[in-house]
Amino acid sequence: MNFEISKDPINIQSVIDKVVQREAGAITTFIGTVRELTHGKKTLYLIYEAYESMAVKKLEQIGTEIKERWNGAEVAITHRTGKLDITDVAVVIAVSTPHRADAYEANRYAIERIKEIVPIWKKEHWEDGEEWIGNQLETVAYPKGKPEGEDLNE
Amino acid sequence: MNKIMFFAHLRDRVGEESVTRDVSGKTIAELKQLLEEEFGLKLDSVMAAVNEEFASDDEVIQNGDAVAFIPPVSGG
Repeated sequence: MNFEISKDPINIQSVIDKVVQREAGAITTFIGTVRELTHGKKTLYLIYEAYESMAVKKLEQIGTEIKERWNGAEVAITHRTGKLDITDVAVVIAVSTPHRADAYEANRYAIERIKEIVPIWKKEHWEDGEEWIGNQLETVAYPKGKPEGEDLNE
Repeated sequence: MNKIMFFAHLRDRVGEESVTRDVSGKTIAELKQLLEEEFGLKLDSVMAAVNEEFASDDEVIQNGDAVAFIPPVSGG
């Protein structure tokens, strides 16, 4: 099971181990963590909710897209749900490829696609309230499209 | 019959994770309009999924289909 939604803390090494292959010359790992300050506003904690069965399918789709684009890639992704505190790990993406440039590019592609097509939402809790977060531009997700330039830095 | 699922702020607004309705033969757009009227939702920037795959507004719902409304996602 290379693509998982987990209610428990993610074991980073176990995600990496899933993409180990003799053909690989590189493994890149992305670890998404809970940030305290967003545009100066202090987050106390987050709640992540997923449409779990569909989220797993969409993570698998991202894996398929990567294998089509980057020859010889192996991909594993685990995304956390539930209550996460500041600095907790929300998502781990591991990609292995024969050469390092592809491993970096494919890993970047995976996180941008997660932010477009995987049905997972975060609820921010602040000192003065709470809110479900859509994407930062308040625009519609593009399930088939490529990541938009503006989305690449959030 | 059809299971209709809500997530994130839509779930808070509806007060239920899902409701059951017979909406077979209707399009996603027609169902959105019904739900907007029943629950006071705003669904124009919300994606729909039928049986766990994204569906367009003109897709016709079949008996037994599971329909989910997917607000802009914020994982990662």
